Amino acid sequence: MGFPHSPHERETLVLSKYFGDKDAIGLEGWRKRGGYVALEKALKMTPAEIVGIVKESGLRGRGGAGFPTGVKWSFMKPGDGKPHYLCCNADESEPGTFKDREIMRWTPHALVEGCAIGAYAIGAEVAYIYIRGEYTEALEKMNAACKEAYAAGILGTNAMGTGKTVHVYVHKGAGAYICGEETALMNSLEGRRGNPRIKPPFPAVAGLFGQPTTINNVETLVAVPHILVNGAEWYKKFGRPDNPKSTGTKLFSVCGNIQKPGNYEVTLGFPFKDFLYDLCGGPLPGRQFRAIIPGGISVPIQTREEAENSPMDYEGFVANGTMLGSGGVIVIDDAQNLVKQIARAARFFAHESCAQCTQCREGTAWTTKILERIVAGDGTHEDLETLLEIGENMTGKTICVLSDSCATPVASGLQKFRGDFEALIKKKKVHMVPAAVA
Amino acid sequence: MSAAHNEMGEMHAPAHASHSGHGHAGEEVYVKVFTGTRKAELDELLTRYPTKMAALLPALWIVQEERGWVSSEGMAEVAELLDLTPAYVKGVVSFYTMYHQHPVGQHFIQVCTTSPCNVCGAEDVVNALLKHTGCEELGVTSPDGKYTVIEVECLGACGFNTPLMVNEKFIESVTPASVPALLASLG
Repeated sequence: MGFPHSPHERETLVLSKYFGDKDAIGLEGWRKRGGYVALEKALKMTPAEIVGIVKESGLRGRGGAGFPTGVKWSFMKPGDGKPHYLCCNADESEPGTFKDREIMRWTPHALVEGCAIGAYAIGAEVAYIYIRGEYTEALEKMNAACKEAYAAGILGTNAMGTGKTVHVYVHKGAGAYICGEETALMNSLEGRRGNPRIKPPFPAVAGLFGQPTTINNVETLVAVPHILVNGAEWYKKFGRPDNPKSTGTKLFSVCGNIQKPGNYEVTLGFPFKDFLYDLCGGPLPGRQFRAIIPGGISVPIQTREEAENSPMDYEGFVANGTMLGSGGVIVIDDAQNLVKQIARAARFFAHESCAQCTQCREGTAWTTKILERIVAGDGTHEDLETLLEIGENMTGKTICVLSDSCATPVASGLQKFRGDFEALIKKKKVHMVPAAVA
Repeated sequence: MSAAHNEMGEMHAPAHASHSGHGHAGEEVYVKVFTGTRKAELDELLTRYPTKMAALLPALWIVQEERGWVSSEGMAEVAELLDLTPAYVKGVVSFYTMYHQHPVGQHFIQVCTTSPCNVCGAEDVVNALLKHTGCEELGVTSPDGKYTVIEVECLGACGFNTPLMVNEKFIESVTPASVPALLASLG
């Protein structure tokens, strides 16, 4: 189907309101749609006031971890005499996730504005937007938007005529999933291999170029202008009344075996069952949903029953055995070989491991080999125990969570769909023994 | 998340890969990339960062845009400009999958086959491409030098399956049936 789809009446369009509107891409059109009103307002406020409003709104990081944004910003101490930096994480590469791409494609100025406000709020004069190298269209749109913003005096050493300095620069990645991990992203921006760093020190203490740094996801930053214009109370109203911990709207990317893949914006806490069947049109003709990964490939797999019982917010997904993650919903139906797809996910992690931790380098490679062996009909029942054992050694023992992310779909897959693995093992090939040996 | 790697990260050098270099009589002399507008571009980039090293990835992109790949000589030129060693630069180049360390086909095709695209038939698209380009094998350039096809990890366009990239161009919703027309449009 064409993208973006026409909005469903049950969506709540805040961030995605102008997706598909070509006139919203340029500066003139963006201003007509209320662009840069929030930045103008922000530059007249103190950074502490901005941080206070964002904290009050309950906005949480949309990249995967869900850390409260205002709290993260409050770690940046003003007046410490050091240069501060804001990094916008636009290295979107979690399989199943393609929301930031649409934000940058259709509303590039929204991100420039969000970055400018974020930088000012944390006492930074420079913000870098780190965009994955494959996103050529997003790169082109973001570069053009920055150029327009500089030419119009929105960015620069006299941002919007206030005498304040706000720079926003686009930095192009070069192909590495791991650079979406915040410390790897900083290393990559510094011109190094994208190896994650040991924490502590945390980025707010010693981040980019060794200075206090905040890293925020694209979707998080584009929500900020709306919060400043409409107020924290307005933002807090979006969400389940009984769950004040998850507020606002969220973009969910939907892909896999489903009628209407695409990006949808709903209020947090939206019923997942209605989302899958009503908004996204349900399964393909003659098929049924079998397994659903709701937050990008790193989060535990849900059975259909678990998914249908989940409210779509941070707590709702945790209560049903998984996580909101990045909001990348991958739907797998009953016509697929689920073990093959888990093996393919493992291969992804094996390819993307930066290889500095042994557990990850060896673990992702062996997990892949064993799973591919099972898929090929050469697996044994012992392999299943070996997979779990390797997975345990890969969890909570490495510098970053890529290793854990590889172990997660395997462990949750084995726990919930063990029969699929066993069926492949039972069909094990009988190898011909050469006559001479026999 | 791309480049001429097979699934476990081994490199396949295209058949016609060659390293032009100094010191071999009769071979072409390396022409510098960073002169004129390209040098000015690098100088502007250097104002954006507090260290020279931070301009490394952008500088390597300039080399690849100009030459189609990043040769040892290109790495040495960048190293000198940014006060780094060639060995350091090679270490960085080899970490990232989008920098080509060998020349690639005129049309470098990267097809996403990660799980979300895989469940929607991405492998059939790969097979159609291998057949119609004459490449036959992943990571190997076609005999006419026109095409190189590789699998790539998640292109971040999972709702547009199957997405692929031809050089810098992003193409969405490719099916096995649409492959011949796609190749014809590349010329």
